[in-house]
Amino acid sequence: MNEVSAVQFSPDTVSLTVNGTARAYRGDGLRRLADVLRDDFGLKGTKIGCNAGDCGACTVLMDGAQICACLVPVGQCDGAAITSVEGLGGASRLSDLQRSFLAHGAAQCGICTPGMLMAASDLLTRSSSPSRSEVEDALGGVLCRCTGYQKIVEAVLDVARPAHIVRDGNVGARAAKVDGPAKLMGTERYGADGIPADALYVRAIRSPHPCAKFAPGNLEAFVAARPGLVRALTARDVPFNAYGIYPNIKDQPVLADGLARYRGDPLVAFVGTREAIEAIRDEEVPITYEPLPAIVGVDAAKAASPLHAGRDQNVLADGGVTCGNIEIVFGSAAHVAEVEYETSFVEHAYIEPEAGWAERKGDTLEVHVSTQNPFQHRDDLAQILNLPKQAVRLISSAVGGGFGGKLDLNVHPLVALAAWLCDKPVGYIYTRPESMAASTKRHPARVKAKAACDASGKLSAFWSHAELDTGAYASWGPTVANRVPVHAPGPYIVPHAKTRGTAYFTNCPPSGAFRGFGVPQSAIASEAAMDTLADALGTDWLDFRRRNALKAGDKTITGQVLDDSVGIVETIDAVEPYWRTWNNAAAVFNAGSPRVQQGVGIACSWYGIGNTSLSNPSEMKIGIAPDGRITLYCGAVDIGQGSNTVLTQIAADTLGIAASDIKLVMGDTALTLDAGKTSASRQTFVTGKACELAALDLKAKLAQVKDRAALRNMPVDNHGDVLTGHGRFDPPTTMLDEKGQGVPYACYGFATQVALVQVDLDFGTTKVLKIAAAHDVGKAVNPQQVEGQIHGGTAQGIGLALMEEYIPGRTENLHDYLIPTFGDMPEMICRIIEAPTQHGPYGAKGVGEPALISTAPAIFGGIYRATGVRVTKIPVLPHRLRAAIRAKEGTR
Amino acid sequence: MLGSRTPSGPEILPPRYARPRLLDEALALRHGGAQIIAGGTDFYPARVGRPLYDRDVPCVLDLTALAELRGIQDEAGCHRIGALTSWTEIAEAPLPAQFYCLQAVAREVGGRQIQNRGTIGGNLCNASPAADGVPALLALGAEIELLSRAGKRVLPLSEFIRGPRQIALRADEIASAVVIPKPKGAAHSSFVKLGARKYLVISIVMAAGYLDVVGSRIAEARIAVGACSPVAQRLPALEAALKGEVAISSLSRLVKPEHLAPLKPIDDVRASAEYREEAALTVVRRLLEELSA
Ligand SMILES: Cc1cc2nc3c(=O)[nH]c(=O)nc-3n(C[C@H](O)[C@H](O)[C@H](O)COP(=O)(O)OP(=O)(O)OC[C@H]3O[C@@H](n4cnc5c(N)ncnc54)[C@H](O)[C@@H]3O)c2cc1C
Ligand code: FES
Ligand code: FES
Repeated sequence: MNEVSAVQFSPDTVSLTVNGTARAYRGDGLRRLADVLRDDFGLKGTKIGCNAGDCGACTVLMDGAQICACLVPVGQCDGAAITSVEGLGGASRLSDLQRSFLAHGAAQCGICTPGMLMAASDLLTRSSSPSRSEVEDALGGVLCRCTGYQKIVEAVLDVARPAHIVRDGNVGARAAKVDGPAKLMGTERYGADGIPADALYVRAIRSPHPCAKFAPGNLEAFVAARPGLVRALTARDVPFNAYGIYPNIKDQPVLADGLARYRGDPLVAFVGTREAIEAIRDEEVPITYEPLPAIVGVDAAKAASPLHAGRDQNVLADGGVTCGNIEIVFGSAAHVAEVEYETSFVEHAYIEPEAGWAERKGDTLEVHVSTQNPFQHRDDLAQILNLPKQAVRLISSAVGGGFGGKLDLNVHPLVALAAWLCDKPVGYIYTRPESMAASTKRHPARVKAKAACDASGKLSAFWSHAELDTGAYASWGPTVANRVPVHAPGPYIVPHAKTRGTAYFTNCPPSGAFRGFGVPQSAIASEAAMDTLADALGTDWLDFRRRNALKAGDKTITGQVLDDSVGIVETIDAVEPYWRTWNNAAAVFNAGSPRVQQGVGIACSWYGIGNTSLSNPSEMKIGIAPDGRITLYCGAVDIGQGSNTVLTQIAADTLGIAASDIKLVMGDTALTLDAGKTSASRQTFVTGKACELAALDLKAKLAQVKDRAALRNMPVDNHGDVLTGHGRFDPPTTMLDEKGQGVPYACYGFATQVALVQVDLDFGTTKVLKIAAAHDVGKAVNPQQVEGQIHGGTAQGIGLALMEEYIPGRTENLHDYLIPTFGDMPEMICRIIEAPTQHGPYGAKGVGEPALISTAPAIFGGIYRATGVRVTKIPVLPHRLRAAIRAKEGTR
Repeated sequence: MLGSRTPSGPEILPPRYARPRLLDEALALRHGGAQIIAGGTDFYPARVGRPLYDRDVPCVLDLTALAELRGIQDEAGCHRIGALTSWTEIAEAPLPAQFYCLQAVAREVGGRQIQNRGTIGGNLCNASPAADGVPALLALGAEIELLSRAGKRVLPLSEFIRGPRQIALRADEIASAVVIPKPKGAAHSSFVKLGARKYLVISIVMAAGYLDVVGSRIAEARIAVGACSPVAQRLPALEAALKGEVAISSLSRLVKPEHLAPLKPIDDVRASAEYREEAALTVVRRLLEELSA
């Protein structure tokens, strides 16, 4: 110690230049530059997605070179020039690069965008007309979970060309995002960005055990010994300590009460200053544990005593569909294919970790969070805090990716409770490991499927059972267990079917909603069965699918007679040229390359738009002010998929005005009506229709007004509007009976994807070279955004197929949990098919989830064609594929 | 500040951050028990959601203002790479073919942001079993130079890295440079990395190879494999088999499974042990194909 104090410390002042302005920082030099930029200099455009160098969201320039601001001590910036996204264009001007991003639709949720822009600026100063691979190398350190990277690469390559930005697009236009400029300039406010500077913070201490009894020790003493800590919170402090998606299943505690049911379950929490909260070391918190044997996997679940009272064999939900008589048909079928696949937990890995804050205002509470589900979350919070609904106002921030993972409560209950009890604004930002440990996952599924066809190649019967690991709490388990059997055979005519989905509780993270609600998992099995049947017949995979594809007027396995909006055959036709050409090219390639082989796979899919047989209305409101200004009050949250833009396009087109004349208010329970959840690919279809109806209503009301001048003399409502159009739409569906018969959805999206893959037989590594994707979206309200959804869905499909496997305690960060980077994406070709639905706005259906479903099965078909093997444990990691290849080849 | 009081104990002085410009100051701080940070690319990821200062650390010593520890010097009989030299500097330096393996590593470590800040010294001192720099520097026959107030020590890299996260660095020392001997003849080297995705990926297996060719024959060969044992390992039997061979012949035919005996791969989230063992053989064969080309 003496030695240390004898030395002259460098002065605690750091002088640096930030975006051209000289700045002085006084304080601890070890603090991360990212924190200093955001919290000391107020430059919130620099995003923090991991604090570990893995995501690149924090990328800024240091003396012109890109760096991760989360890995640089501010002390190292003495004398340096830092450029952040705020320094790119200007307060109100976009740089050429930003304009190119806007024109290409390269930002979806936008949370990765500042990092992408900075990495690209670094490249463009080194090389003014870079090649595609130079772009990929330079931007390869930034992850994007939304775009599949293609439009980002194109935006950087095209930067020199003057970008054509469509600002006032009607329905059908490639309109630029209405919230694009804010995302590109770094002024968009996400969950962590609005937390007031004087806010306290809350932090949960989470179970390190998958299953354990626990008892908090003397937390008061712990708090008292740490200056800055204000109080501890335990289960006892929560007025109603249970929540959940279903009105009748509230099984998840805000803070666990004596029993931790998964690694990551919140046990106790602390409130205090940010510094005090960050100084807590989890292992020092006085909690005693009695670890219990954990239920891992569905087989263990069946044998174990119930994790939740009354759940025999730990079954949460069990759903099924039966039509015809499969037993008779399987007995006499010409060909039968049987397959079994097992998938893993998959993490949403949105680049924005969960974040938000709450503030008490007298007897009411205002909660600002990044959410896909504002109205249900308001209701849940009111219940948890024992407050009337009207006492809670929930305002959604911009959302940096959701994919289903922000449909459940996350930071909300603790910020709400802490703000209520402490009467101070309280914020909470999950760390990346916390986000990964705490949040819901895609259900691991063991899917068994059996399909039969007759000698002419007509599908005759289909059986399947998906056993789903639903983890510790119900979350969206019942939704998944019900959606899977309805979709199980794929978009084909199947006269006899019996399908089932069963979800089991285990001591794993709660499995919830994730793009596709279980359908991607089950499609892997059913599409493999289709390949196998086609092979047994000696028929081309594409021809077999086309022969059996659903058409208008056909009956689904739930007995629903489809109306005109069935574009599956057109999607198959659209990819056929790629299927044929790539198969030929692969054959030529393979002849000259014994140890690296190519293969082409194909997969079809369908997806019911909106909730399964449940009412899921959206209500929209459009107001006009005395001066003629139009406001769209939109309860639907844009999570990057682009509903803000699409809904504005629909409103503008219907009202016959320019989109730029419409002001948007999003996701505020005090100002907007309930437009349901951003899930089930429903916002364009359901909310879009409500928006169209609202616009028509306003138009009709305006027609009654003599002229615009008359508006000035009309009385204003509490929004300041003189007239308001209302629209409400609830898609027409019926309940499913005990055999699963009925009309679960008003319409379906359809898709076919073809994948060309290349496998290194010695390493078992797979590279997806090309994907051709044709999607029937009814009507592409914004074709650029449809492509963006397809690209992003495909990227997530590649991750699901080849690399993503969440293992609690082992892959709780973005360097052990791998998602696709720039270099893992194929060339993607999109074909949009429009088989309009009578129900949707302008015929539109949805595309958010359908984008993902076909990708993995198409890749697996390609791998099979390249290697002759099928790996049945997903993801197909190199060691799994290599083991299968070795087994087939015999040890060399 | 992050300093804290324990309920019973006396007030503990808050830890300090120091970024001296003078080597003597740095060595004095180190003598007093300071913890080191260089590029920070391993330091911060180890502290996500945790305080930046470890318990009982009086001071974090930032080496990056010590200009003499940065850069590459061509000296008599050796090249000296300062411990603070970044991967980008290594990738962009005009170096002879001997260094191709290290330059290939430099272009593959993390992404560009990591390469701009991460240092060669940090890579070695962090001593991850998957550190890409280690096999490359083993193949180059590198030694590491360690400084303290007591003077300078030089250790062969294989003696410096003792195990995962275990290095022969005394608590008062800093690593100052990596010293790489010059070849007798014309040397070239190569690096092959196998990972589960393209960018930002921790190696499943990686290997580096170095050939010193005098006349047309291999005078000295060094082959090292990483991520298949607690510390990257050289393959002496293979090196012996290569010695004396004609350099432009197809060298991969010489690789035999028993050459990989020094490796002890394990199962982890990235791959199984069995897979690693087999992939290592393939990686080494491909490495030798590259070296023969
Ligand atoms: C996203 C990401 C990707 C990565 N990818 C790779 C990869 O592909 N391959 C790979 O090998 N590594 C990778 N790394 C790890 C890391 O970038 C490298 O190991 C880097 O070279 C470390 O250098 P540094 O200067 O940043 O080390 P620091 O973080 O500053 O220090 C690392 C450790 O070494 C000690 N130390 C540093 N310098 C000295 C010195 N001169 N003397 C004594 N002790 C010292 C420090 O005390 C600390 O314990 C990656 C890291 C990230 C965040
Ligand atoms: S926040 Fe810095 S890399 Fe993720
Ligand atoms: S747009 Fe890239 S992460 Fe959302």
